[in-house]
Amino acid sequence: MIPGTFEYHAPTSLADALSLLGQYGEEAKILAGGHSLLPMMKLRFAEPSHLIDINGINELRGVREEGGQIRIGAMTTENQLIASQLLWEKCPLIPEAAKLIADPQVRNKGTIGGDIAHGDPGNDHPAIMMAVSASFVLAGANGKRTVAADGFFLGTYYTLLEEGEILIEIQVPVPPAGSGYGFSKLKRKTGDFATAAAAAQLQLSGDTCTQINITMTNVGASALKATDAEQHLRGKVIDEALISEAAEKAMAICDPAEDLRGDVEYKTNMAGEMVRRAIRQALSRAKGE
Amino acid sequence: MAKTHIQFMLNGQEVEALVEPRELLIHVIREQLQQTGSHIGCETSHCGACTVDLNGESLKSCTVLAVQANGGDVLTVEGLSQNGEPHAIQAAFMQEHGLQCGFCTPGMMIRAYRFLQENPSPTEDEIRHGMSGNLCRCTGYQNIIKAVQVAAEKMQSE
Repeated sequence: MIPGTFEYHAPTSLADALSLLGQYGEEAKILAGGHSLLPMMKLRFAEPSHLIDINGINELRGVREEGGQIRIGAMTTENQLIASQLLWEKCPLIPEAAKLIADPQVRNKGTIGGDIAHGDPGNDHPAIMMAVSASFVLAGANGKRTVAADGFFLGTYYTLLEEGEILIEIQVPVPPAGSGYGFSKLKRKTGDFATAAAAAQLQLSGDTCTQINITMTNVGASALKATDAEQHLRGKVIDEALISEAAEKAMAICDPAEDLRGDVEYKTNMAGEMVRRAIRQALSRAKGE
Repeated sequence: MAKTHIQFMLNGQEVEALVEPRELLIHVIREQLQQTGSHIGCETSHCGACTVDLNGESLKSCTVLAVQANGGDVLTVEGLSQNGEPHAIQAAFMQEHGLQCGFCTPGMMIRAYRFLQENPSPTEDEIRHGMSGNLCRCTGYQNIIKAVQVAAEKMQSE
């Protein structure tokens, strides 16, 4: 399997990449880690005439803290996320989820930005990004704009990213004290996409949940944010009964595609179980248990 | 389509090739540079038979363009043995019967090489996770895990 023919460009600055993207428009695709795009090109599901490889743009890599936010360069690889002491200290949900993505070789190439921008509902970072209330910095010919992760994912392979734009940075607010996170992913084997996965991040004031995000992977056309389930728990002292009710509300918005991983009913029920586990884990972490 | 001239280090030797941008690294290594140790299994970045080391990282060379290796440093299974002597990893795979048909073995060994650089004295669990990007359809993995353990011990004592 070999991709169709294309012209290869390897800019070393963001300005050059944006100018190439402006020049070739919809004929061009951005190559990040390549572990989604190259397989699609081999199958001829994608046939760009111009491939703009942004691996040589060093300014797009790395994790740093600035102004109370974690800032992650879009070209930071999964293994670089896992190796980031800063992330483990300040936002461990991200590296914990990254550890369950693909396998060691793929994690050396796959990037957080590519995973987000591709818009595949099976990718894990979209749900994680909504769980941690991240924002994305999109660069285009006319400058930069920052958009919230919640609302960015519009459908399968369909995001707010417009033609001529490149996702360059992910900004994550550092969770305050009293926060807890949970992540639960069911997959058939190493390297597979999730059958269903869920992430939760919540804050407690005393025993009361003041804020919670609940998100799901691969049970809809895009990553899903279970807003009814969140609403059900906000302002309450979370117990098992409430967790079950919240999971029911999360399941109500699932619309998974039947495939070899399971039928609609199975995947929906597994999504519910992943949600229950993620909330329980987040709760116990927030309580410092 | 115009070809691009690339040059990189392959097992310590400088090599060059004229490639189309769409050519995959595994194809250029095997077909142009005649180093056929690295295998092509699934071509979908699942099986790990095409694993090579590029600039000190393991990756699946069926999902990397050859042009992306330009200026880089590539190590394949052919680069493991020195002076005609099997590398400790190769010796350990022989000793522990870490293969049956042998198709996955070059990828397994070059992955084990990098994994043991990153984690010289791994636990069994760490080996299983570290080697999880390489599939074997014969052995059931037990002897592969043992081989990596034995190789780690040998390399530590050298």
